[in-house]
Amino acid sequence: MNHDIFIAILATAVTAGTPILYAALGEILTERAGILNLGVEGMMLVGAVCGFIIALNTANPWYGILIAMLAGGAVALIHALLTITLKANQVVSGLALTMFGTGLSGYIGKSYVGMPLPAPFHKIALPGLSNIPVIGPVFFNQDPMVYLSYILVAALWFLTFKTRSGLHLRAVGENPAAADSMGVNAFQIRYIYVVIGGMLAGIGGAYLSLYYVPSWMENITAGRGWIAVALVIFATWNPVNALWGSYLFGGIDALGFRLQTLNVNVSPYFLKMLPYIFTVVVLVLVTKRNMVKRIGSPQALGLPYDREER
Amino acid sequence: MLADALPATIAKGLKESMSNSYLVELKNITKKFPGVIANDKVNFNVKKGEIHALLGENGSGKSTLMSILSGLYRPDEGEIIINGTRMVFKSPRHAISAGIGMVHQHFKLIDSFSVAENVILGDDRIPRVLNMKEIEKNLAQLSLRYGLHINPASMVWQLSVGEKQRVEIVKMLYRGSQVLILDEPTAVLTPQETDELFRNIKEMAKSGRGIVVITHKLHEVEQIADRVTVLRKGNSVATLERDQINRQELARLMVGQEITTQCKRNTRPGTQKVLELQNVSCLNDLGLSGLKNITFEVHSGEIFGIAGVAGNGQRELAEVIYGLRKINSGSILVNGTNITGYSPRQMIDCGVALVPEDRLGTGLIPNLGTIDNLILKDYRKEKMNRGPFINWQKAKQKVSRLVDSFEVKVSSLEAPVKLLSGGNLQRLLLAREISSKPQLLIAVYPVRGLDIKATEAIHELLMGQREKGTAILLISEDLDEICKLSDRIGVLSNGSITGIISSDQADINEIGLLMMGETGAEAI
Ligand SMILES: Nc1ncnc2c1ncn2[C@@H]1O[C@H](COP(=O)(O)OP(=O)(O)OP(=O)(O)O)[C@@H](O)[C@H]1O
Ligand SMILES: [Mg+2]
Repeated sequence: MNHDIFIAILATAVTAGTPILYAALGEILTERAGILNLGVEGMMLVGAVCGFIIALNTANPWYGILIAMLAGGAVALIHALLTITLKANQVVSGLALTMFGTGLSGYIGKSYVGMPLPAPFHKIALPGLSNIPVIGPVFFNQDPMVYLSYILVAALWFLTFKTRSGLHLRAVGENPAAADSMGVNAFQIRYIYVVIGGMLAGIGGAYLSLYYVPSWMENITAGRGWIAVALVIFATWNPVNALWGSYLFGGIDALGFRLQTLNVNVSPYFLKMLPYIFTVVVLVLVTKRNMVKRIGSPQALGLPYDREER
Repeated sequence: MLADALPATIAKGLKESMSNSYLVELKNITKKFPGVIANDKVNFNVKKGEIHALLGENGSGKSTLMSILSGLYRPDEGEIIINGTRMVFKSPRHAISAGIGMVHQHFKLIDSFSVAENVILGDDRIPRVLNMKEIEKNLAQLSLRYGLHINPASMVWQLSVGEKQRVEIVKMLYRGSQVLILDEPTAVLTPQETDELFRNIKEMAKSGRGIVVITHKLHEVEQIADRVTVLRKGNSVATLERDQINRQELARLMVGQEITTQCKRNTRPGTQKVLELQNVSCLNDLGLSGLKNITFEVHSGEIFGIAGVAGNGQRELAEVIYGLRKINSGSILVNGTNITGYSPRQMIDCGVALVPEDRLGTGLIPNLGTIDNLILKDYRKEKMNRGPFINWQKAKQKVSRLVDSFEVKVSSLEAPVKLLSGGNLQRLLLAREISSKPQLLIAVYPVRGLDIKATEAIHELLMGQREKGTAILLISEDLDEICKLSDRIGVLSNGSITGIISSDQADINEIGLLMMGETGAEAI
């Protein structure tokens, strides 16, 4: 493999990883607040289809992103209502959300399948940075949504670990009763982050339909939402780890794609399977590591909080 | 003045309420939970600078009342008046800003956070971007000023119970609490820690705060309280002034009858060694040394007490014997058979029973009903089954019999046991364990958090079991309890047995020294 192809694969890894990254960042915030949302796949799909339709009709991908964000947030709000206010089982509600999102997006997008998008995002080489060897072309010759994700990772890391709001967020995920007794509004915080999580998943979905593909087809996410959920564990609920984690997954995705174009004699089905096999293997290894290092999920993850409950 | 113009009676009332300067007045508070009235028109008040004890049996509504005052529960009826103004607390946040701070019965701390992070939680006065170094420095100063020693940088999961409690108190002082509520603060402390706590709260009262202390220990009430309010079955039955406080009266008010405590030692301890530990060592949850070379034995018809501060290996000891924790070296014998490495199921078959520290987690299954919980150890047995199915009729018969004979108060046999009071949970657990006719009974903190009546009942049960020849390993942090029940006492400190003494020679001070880790008395 020569140098150029190598760089190209790495650059594709970043692009391929970005939708997963957005979704994983959203799920990290959601789980940090103690809510498990398995509806990522569904929220991504709804974001993808809504974003695509709007971008197609307005010829402006940014409107697409905005609407995808709102759509993802709206779907997440259902989950918030069910699990925080009505204290429904979070796993069941999340799974239902995925099924709902899959069906809904298929229905909305029926007449848009296969249509090309006239004005998707374009790559912008950042002056100066993009000239750094290897790093430059891989990370700094990308589209605006990738740059936005860099900023987001840094911002979310700072928010989570260095600010008062981040402290409250983590407190609610660890022990909502303790947080509540100190005057932290656990319900409000959970609502906010579940909805933000959905918004980010929506953006992740829209990135697929607006840039990565760029077109709409049914089930365009093809399991990326689930990979994002697994990635959260891999990243030990830390936004920075999610960054390189999603590029790892993106890389495997890209590699499969490239191998195919290079006429390497591997079954295409095997290549398609790669990211998912990788997910399983990584999950086993990471869970073991986390157990040894005693890094755990937020203590109250998946548990509803009721102030007057015994 | 205004008062002069009013009719005499009103003026008198007005003057009184002005001069008494109540920090808090609770009037006619009623709180209902599904199926129970936890508080029924309760009246309670706190004056500036006083220590007010709140007494009552398990389930009499003490924690509920104080949770209402601290904004956690919303009362169904009644008024909360703070410094003369009527308040409605929508959440703990409102109560905190009104100067109410509560240290809950079960600590509300975040284990994975540092002390400082726990303390500043919910405080909006600090900058949005945290500067932990500076916050920690300020907290260190604050804690020094109050004489409550905490290290703001250490992680909460590393702290001892006593330290955690200090953190809880500092948390509330940091938020500027004028009324400090302590829900059973001494239940988990050593005598030394309790003394220190009492010194601290007296100091705080002197500085004008109002302190509410909930406790089951009457001698503590005599020691520190300026006033006492007694609750019985959700009603406030009396409030006594300092000079009216005496134990008999308090006990009578609480339970409506006299309490007699009696204690008989076993006159004829058995000679058969039921449990033998030889040089047992194991690791604790953190992977550090938990038990170090533990050697002792327990005979039939004997209560062997393990004294020591919680967290010095008590839980590990119980778990090791019951097969819940792997041992690294040494061996354990039951009735002469080496049972090292047996599983809990094999231990059950060997006639070993465990009343664990954690009643609702390890001991019972909170969401299952009484029947399910009581047959947990029997369901496999022939007599409980009909083919592959459980014979529910027989199960129910057996369970009703047990519930009756152990006097467990349950609303129905099917209702989830998590709704039971602490005393009833413990009876239920003992009913299951004792009914298996064990040769060895391990009881870990069997009366923690129980009121005097329930405590007596549990002690009766244990002593009855000893009469029947069961060997009992009693692990407790309450020295009075250990001295009262045990025939011999081993002291556990930092994972080692620092001494074994016969209880007729026991001296609280000596045990206290051994608990601090000074090896002294030779084994008997
Ligand atoms: N959150 C709740 N949900 C349902 N019932 C409750 C709840 N909290 C308390 N109760 C019930 O209300 C009654 C009073 O309970 P509370 O905890 O106030 O008693 P307590 O006096 O603090 O007892 P203890 O000495 O055991 O701490 C009990 O019957 C209890 O079962
Ligand atoms: Mg209580």
